[in-house]
Amino acid sequence: MIWQFDIIILIFLVITAVISLRVKDLLAASMVFGTYSFLICLLWAGMGAVDVAFTEATVGAGISAVILIATVYNTRRDSSD
Amino acid sequence: MGETFKANVIDHFNFWVAVVLMMIGLYAMITKNNLIKKLIGMSIFQTAIILFYVSAGVKDGATIPILEHHAAETEQVEAGEHVEGHPVANHEAHAINPDDYSNPLPHVLMLTAIVVGVATLGVALAVTQVIYKNYGTLEEDEILAKIKAAENDG
Amino acid sequence: MKWVGLIAVLFTGGLLLSAMDDFPNWGDAHSPANASPVSQYFIEKTIEDSGVPNMVTAVLADYRSYDTMFETVVVLIAGIAIMAILRVGNQIPRGARPAPVSAPASVNDDHQDIIIGTTCRLLIPVLQLFAFYVIAHGHHSPGGGFQGGVVLGTSFILAAIAKGLDPALERLPETRYVKIAFVGVVIYSAFGVACLLLGENFLDYGVLSVLLPTIDAAEARSHSMLGVEVGVAFTVSAIMFAIYANLASKGELEGGL
Repeated sequence: MIWQFDIIILIFLVITAVISLRVKDLLAASMVFGTYSFLICLLWAGMGAVDVAFTEATVGAGISAVILIATVYNTRRDSSD
Repeated sequence: MGETFKANVIDHFNFWVAVVLMMIGLYAMITKNNLIKKLIGMSIFQTAIILFYVSAGVKDGATIPILEHHAAETEQVEAGEHVEGHPVANHEAHAINPDDYSNPLPHVLMLTAIVVGVATLGVALAVTQVIYKNYGTLEEDEILAKIKAAENDG
Repeated sequence: MKWVGLIAVLFTGGLLLSAMDDFPNWGDAHSPANASPVSQYFIEKTIEDSGVPNMVTAVLADYRSYDTMFETVVVLIAGIAIMAILRVGNQIPRGARPAPVSAPASVNDDHQDIIIGTTCRLLIPVLQLFAFYVIAHGHHSPGGGFQGGVVLGTSFILAAIAKGLDPALERLPETRYVKIAFVGVVIYSAFGVACLLLGENFLDYGVLSVLLPTIDAAEARSHSMLGVEVGVAFTVSAIMFAIYANLASKGELEGGL
């Protein structure tokens, strides 16, 4: 693993985590959470955990973003915090 | 400078970020008012734990935990089909050095944890939809106020 | 409340961060986790025991098979729980429910878009073929039952998003995906019961070589791993589609996203 990439991705991870919790639009929060999952999938591919990265790419960036968006669609988009 | 930076920062940076992500997720679970925000915080908490486990299984200079393909065919080579073929590769394939492959055990534990995690996230979102159907809101304080009002009426 | 939460989080995080100095270095091959005899056994003996190059698949489907079986059961139970939770109290007549807040009519009626339709018609067969490749080739490359099952479920979800939930549910109705999910768990446990009947421990696949006389115990383990991965893929793909179909339509299985 190249540690420079590791550090860059980890910093982006913290940034996307904070953004997805700060943004007031829940649809945007779900999309940013999908980005977070994709970044952490890159991190695992870099660390040699290819099976975990594959699972995270399909499950985290795919299914969980989709079911979050489905729930936001069926409830409401705006959030107080 | 590079060496001291590596010794001071890189050696534990993954674990630090795992703890920071865990703190972010826990803070969101405790203080956020919106139920979907709480669930996103729960997922971030979960990935922080997974990051911690996978970081513990990394080895410097190791490759992915999949053996090279000719290792599976050593028995045919050993049986004498072409002995002079690749004596070095053959010897290396026979003696697998654990330091050359990253630790597969954390990968397996976390792989199933991710799939079970999305299934439980689905259950939580289903509960959220039922709450929205009954109370018309996703904000925790409004839900509590409606429950209190219903109790006072009854 | 925010201050109480912040203090609790900072206290926990501070304790954990102060303990981080005692951790082995990142990438240390001789840290307690990496130097444990269990991990070293998995790396050294996988190829002897089962002939499977991908250690993750071997540990998942052979050494820790019992664990994986019940993870599959957890996924199945979660899917059933979602269907049950969303349908509690659904006997209210349709007009009495609160109207959906954000449902522009154009979203539901716009499934005839030629670009989306054509792209999905081309993409879905490739996705499903790739899912079968991932399931079947999990011994030699990254992949296996969980990943392939999720990709297979995703292809149905893509059909549901592009063409609407009703055409997708015509292809894979609820009675069918629930059956598929249960069949997956039954396939997995059937391998374990077959081992029991042949006089070995539950899910100890080596003994299955007596059923096919041309293979030895290692090959029997390899082939049985493929079998249980197929079972996992059945359950996971069906439940992933079930989760989406129920959450997108509030458990009513009509309309949808």
